[in-house]
Amino acid sequence: MNRPADIKTWLAARESKELLRFITCGSVDDGKSTLLGRLLYETRQVADDQLAALADDSRRFGTQGEGVDFALLVDGLSAEREQGITIDVAYRYFASDKRKFIVADTPGHEQYTRNMVTGASTADLAVLLVDARKGVLTQTRRHAYLAQLLGIRRFVLAVNKMDLVDYDQGAFDAIAAEFRAFAGEIGIADWIAIPVSGLNGDNIVEASLRTGWYAGPSLLEHLDTVTLDHSADVARPLRMAVQWVNRPNQDFRGFAGEIASGSVAPGDEVRVLPSGRTTRIDRVVTADGELPSAIAGQSVTLTFADEIDCSRGDVIAAAGDPPESADQFEATIVWMADEPLLPGRGYWLKIGTQTVTATVQEPKYEINVNTLDRLAATTLELNAIGVAELATDREIVFEPYAGEGTSPNRVLGGFILIDKMSNATVACGMLHFALRRAHNIHRQHLDVGRETHAALKGQKPAVLWFTGLSGAGKSTIANIVERKLAARGRHTFLLDGDNVRHGLNRDLGFTEADRIENIRRVGEVARLMADAGLIVLTAFISPFRAEREMVRKMLPDGEFIEIFVDTPLAEAEQRDAKGLYAKARAGELKNFTGIDSPYEAPAAPEIRIDTTVLNAEEAADLIVARLLERR
Amino acid sequence: MTRLSHLDRLEAESIFILRETVAEVAKPVMLYSMGKDSAVMLHLARKAFFPGALPFPLLHVDTTWKFKAMYAARDKVAAEPGTELIVYKNPEALDKGINPFDHGPLHTDMWKTEGLKQALDLYGFDAAFGGARRDEEKSRAKERVFSFRDRNHRWDPKRQRPELWSLYNVRKNKGESLRVFPLSNWTELDVWEYILREGIEVVPLYFAAERPTVERDGLILMVDDERMRLAPGEEVVSRKVRFRTLGCYPLSGAVESDAGSVEEIIAEMLASGTSERQGRAIDRDGGSASMEKKKQEGYF
Repeated sequence: MNRPADIKTWLAARESKELLRFITCGSVDDGKSTLLGRLLYETRQVADDQLAALADDSRRFGTQGEGVDFALLVDGLSAEREQGITIDVAYRYFASDKRKFIVADTPGHEQYTRNMVTGASTADLAVLLVDARKGVLTQTRRHAYLAQLLGIRRFVLAVNKMDLVDYDQGAFDAIAAEFRAFAGEIGIADWIAIPVSGLNGDNIVEASLRTGWYAGPSLLEHLDTVTLDHSADVARPLRMAVQWVNRPNQDFRGFAGEIASGSVAPGDEVRVLPSGRTTRIDRVVTADGELPSAIAGQSVTLTFADEIDCSRGDVIAAAGDPPESADQFEATIVWMADEPLLPGRGYWLKIGTQTVTATVQEPKYEINVNTLDRLAATTLELNAIGVAELATDREIVFEPYAGEGTSPNRVLGGFILIDKMSNATVACGMLHFALRRAHNIHRQHLDVGRETHAALKGQKPAVLWFTGLSGAGKSTIANIVERKLAARGRHTFLLDGDNVRHGLNRDLGFTEADRIENIRRVGEVARLMADAGLIVLTAFISPFRAEREMVRKMLPDGEFIEIFVDTPLAEAEQRDAKGLYAKARAGELKNFTGIDSPYEAPAAPEIRIDTTVLNAEEAADLIVARLLERR
Repeated sequence: MTRLSHLDRLEAESIFILRETVAEVAKPVMLYSMGKDSAVMLHLARKAFFPGALPFPLLHVDTTWKFKAMYAARDKVAAEPGTELIVYKNPEALDKGINPFDHGPLHTDMWKTEGLKQALDLYGFDAAFGGARRDEEKSRAKERVFSFRDRNHRWDPKRQRPELWSLYNVRKNKGESLRVFPLSNWTELDVWEYILREGIEVVPLYFAAERPTVERDGLILMVDDERMRLAPGEEVVSRKVRFRTLGCYPLSGAVESDAGSVEEIIAEMLASGTSERQGRAIDRDGGSASMEKKKQEGYF
């Protein structure tokens, strides 16, 4: 780029550049980094001092002998440099005279589906690299499938290393034909094949003289002119997830967020979801003054004509065409963590600006990303993709991710799952549709409610949840507590772990998933009994914090009383009333808590009983006193 | 408006990130270093929370070795209504008189890396906005927008969370913190184009002027005050220079230039063939993996 003669005109043109985000994917040896390095080099993104460093690096780490290795321009972290492969998503930036480009550079390595999905989640287009000598590989198909799964509709098949097949048209045509067949199979309609050489720069920016038989655009020409999704986003009905309520003083209450789709103007009738209340837009506020209208992609602050409730997590939508709310879904899930999916466990689910608790059922099937076959699966491991049903603890506002023909509904259709203990992002997913089940089973309104049940019994219902190691003394103490409560005329019921496993839960074993289901069922039963006005006592090891928290959330505030019967492992093992520890130590019992399965102690239990200090009677007295002093 | 330019989209994304952080964390702070990226980030923050005031303070981790013009710019910003500025200086570095002449890499480590950690711990900030961009340096290309730090402020490249769509996982355990980079997707050129479009005021050091300078190890350094030590044979020469990045004056290399306006800077950048970090002595110790190493130790 030379210094333009008329800087002001030229700057004005630059300001109106559009933004295109794309992803590059290819197998390990397809020359992706070289192609990308070349693209940066040819568009003058590489400065002289960087070029000097590049020449130096090329001699030290390069694969091109004394030649310049463009791949080194884009290979970042030292670990991957040493391994000679890219191991994460890296973002690159370059610009032409027409557009600014953000490139998600993702590796082709088999185990990094996670990175590819991450890169594709924000991309408008995918550049698939193939080696002209090798053609469409299993990995190429996988990348195309993943990109399409994430909603990318436009593809470039960059047939690279044309220099190594003497720029042969036959080789290029054969690869394009092979891809055409595959694209038809998985429904990719918008694609173009371009013969390129990253090493020599053919058809990267300029049309190459060495491929005279090719009449199409160069890679950059295509990227500069391909249709963008933005207008499709604007054409859809208004959706804006509320991020933050701006209330600097009594006179101003604005709802801040980025418009996900559609447009908005003062006077427009809108519906706030999930409440469903309607109002009109009063003003579209920005620091640059009030706007007559705003469109998808802008961050704005909206004010309403009426004072209606609206807070973070709500969605402001076109009144006449609002999205649905539901709490049960089918979804595609991509697992991204080393620890596999635990069906039934509660995870944080974040979608738009809503965060709820969600449980995922056993997958209906896993997808083999190489063959696209559906496989039976009971869980999802790192980099696995499956379809499963999931339930949220309250209704969320959503739209099917894939949409219809136009751009995907990324904001209200894409979600992440977060582990509640480690806070790691463990999965991402795309909602397909709400399950009819939840739609059709409306809750029956009951004339005699839980307050009436409790009032008739003259007591405040509660669930006394005893947790602790096997042999800690949970059942013993719970028994005494129930006896003391009964003596005071309280209506109680004791759910004991061993007893429940003989009946309600006799189909469950002791795997992590079964233990979670065991607790879920007990929690539901305890909740029903609390609704009936009873004081429920439960004595279960319940080793996982997440499940105890799940039960806590089923109940009204203050009704779940977690009692940690704290007995050191050595002490419980020494008592070993049922001889279970001995069996576990001998290897006859698997998944035994404290031995080969973890116990997650409560962080802040309502009551902690230290059994090395209190005997069972004293413990029971303490619990009864604490229960009865409740208001 | 029917279509958005790249600057519109970058602006909207940065505002989204700023709002998301404020909505989800307990005690955010904005690192303010008086540079052009800080100026743009502050401008975006004012837009994000308009008509309200900034819902967080600004923090300047001072080294006592910045340019005089930077301190003047800082004090001007601090005087604006609704702005709270905290200045923190590592007392140990102050006590020991740590300086760029005698202490080499220790200067950056103690004033900036340690100073930042101390300030965050002292005030209990759990998220700090920084103006870093991914295009600055190779290892930054993989940095997340929300970069997760353990309770010792260390950055572990293997424990960073995947960032999908615009869904940022802001959850953390007690003691852990976040560095948040709202300008991640901006390039140096975007920053200048935005400064031009929005009329954002920047420190005059970015514009070419006659300045007293010395040449040392291939860098042109400005003699900003009497503390600048001259080596035998070094001579202070007036040169027409400007700075592409600003830091401690004895460590910031100037470029010879005639660009006296934002337009001229942009034109010069497009014609020039040097990257902005070239003038930073700080990146050089330890070879090409140096920035990555600094980040693992807690450097911003």
